[in-house]
Amino acid sequence: MPAIHANNLTKSFDGFVAVDGISFTIESGEIFGLLGPNGAGKTTTISMLSTMLKPTSGTATVNGHDIVTKEDDVRKSIGIVFQDQSLDEELTAYENMDFHGRLYRIAGEVRRQRISELLTLVGLDDRKDDLVKTYSGGMRRRLEIARGLLHEPKVLFLDEPTLGLDPQTRNHLWDYIARLNDEKGITIILTTHYMEEADRLCDRVAIIDRGTIIALGTTENLKASIGGDVVTIASPDPGAIAGLLTAPWVSGIERHDGSVTIRMQDADRHIPGIVTDLHRSGIGITSLSVRKPTLEDVFLHYTGRTIRDEEASGKEAMRMFHRAGRR
Amino acid sequence: MDIVYTIWLRNVKRYLRSKSRIVGSLGMPLFFMLVLGFGLNSVVRIPGMEDGYMNFIIPGIVAMSVLFTSVFSGIQIIWDKQFGFLKETLVAPVSRLEIMIGQTLGGATTAVIQGLILMVFALFIGLEPAGIAGFLIAVGFMALIGVTFTAFGIAIASRMEDMHGFQLIMNFVIFPIFGLSGALFPIDSLPAWLRPLTLADPLTYGVEGIRYGLSGTAQIHPLVSLAVMAGCAVLMTVVGAYLFRKISI
Repeated sequence: MPAIHANNLTKSFDGFVAVDGISFTIESGEIFGLLGPNGAGKTTTISMLSTMLKPTSGTATVNGHDIVTKEDDVRKSIGIVFQDQSLDEELTAYENMDFHGRLYRIAGEVRRQRISELLTLVGLDDRKDDLVKTYSGGMRRRLEIARGLLHEPKVLFLDEPTLGLDPQTRNHLWDYIARLNDEKGITIILTTHYMEEADRLCDRVAIIDRGTIIALGTTENLKASIGGDVVTIASPDPGAIAGLLTAPWVSGIERHDGSVTIRMQDADRHIPGIVTDLHRSGIGITSLSVRKPTLEDVFLHYTGRTIRDEEASGKEAMRMFHRAGRR
Repeated sequence: MDIVYTIWLRNVKRYLRSKSRIVGSLGMPLFFMLVLGFGLNSVVRIPGMEDGYMNFIIPGIVAMSVLFTSVFSGIQIIWDKQFGFLKETLVAPVSRLEIMIGQTLGGATTAVIQGLILMVFALFIGLEPAGIAGFLIAVGFMALIGVTFTAFGIAIASRMEDMHGFQLIMNFVIFPIFGLSGALFPIDSLPAWLRPLTLADPLTYGVEGIRYGLSGTAQIHPLVSLAVMAGCAVLMTVVGAYLFRKISI
């Protein structure tokens, strides 16, 4: 039985289609990433799968339960860490955990034991009686993850788990999430707009843009699908290089001012040959770089835009809007 | 029931922890009690009340304190909405009715505690306890006021996006409810046009109930007060639960 199965899931708000007929299946035990710029529909998708929003049309099951007709069963099967903090700052870490445990009707003795296990796991045991308002951003995030695990969910939703955290904390969290998946076999579905996060953590990634899934697969396959490694050669005579490289393993050449960008599979093996050929033909090389494609390149390939372009235009405006809306 | 208890527990814990809120919301009622009580005690004679004006308004001010605390407790759901905590509660496999009832009882409990603290103060300025039964009657009416107006606050909060509207509600709903009730003046001496407004105000019956408990005399029969207050508590809880069910975040 797949952990999550979505079929043509759609959500529109007053005519604006936030999620437009997406379908995907997540196998049990996977770490699955929804990658895309802000406003792409990631959070809306999560909200529907976690029964917080009713889909406009389409169906989905989580742990085998329909998200509309079996709301309570879905809620019992999932843990969720929201994009925005959802802790009670006036309570201590322990009390936040205890509140959650009681809401999920976990019996007293089991509850106390699990809380102390989980707080130890996320390294907050020694601060469990401090009010949450004295916690740093990273500690709050860890506490939320621990809380999301308290009722032993089959599926854990992480909505932008490392947003706004410093690089060190982010690294810790990544290790931590990977370990959870590894040791407890929990299916994890996370949304992110950080390419490296998706790359490092996820078994499979769905790239989502403007409410639709534009590519889905393992990170390796996605990267391979756009034509292999990226080789950039700077030279006084880029035109000549483009003319020379006609081998079948070259999947694409772009000429720029003073350099060429060549895509090919297994660049590492072909580079020596290319350099020898260029040298023999008397074409100078100023510099040469080989880069493995990133998910950024994949996004660029499928949308014609970089995710950073999207961010630059949309992010600040979104943030401002969001903040203003919450005040 | 354990879910209701969980939500209740959180509310009470938060209340007991916020010392500044407890002290802060004692300020205005105490001020009213002292200034109006001592200021008017010698000039105002209320027919049928031998104990003086001070003893007349103490129940009214206690009711006022319960009213303000409970409305505020209900409206606090907006904070939960804004700080994200409400999501944590709503995504759990529990019904919204349980959450709403827990919240209502929590708010009512804090409001009653607030009223009790005020009663203790009142002991020092002339309140003479009329026995344990009277005291329990007063607490019962305080609880009904608490439930009614916490549920009212939740109903308002379910429809409000942020705290901007709070001032509006305070000035145009809560103050009139307090002002029109018989908290500060006897109903019998009101002009004919004002009387119906006062009798339409649920708080009037709460005040009269507390007054009956504390001083043994009231202008409205205590059973009438009880029936009206209990009816209001049930009605407001139903309305609050209905609106809370449709809350969106």
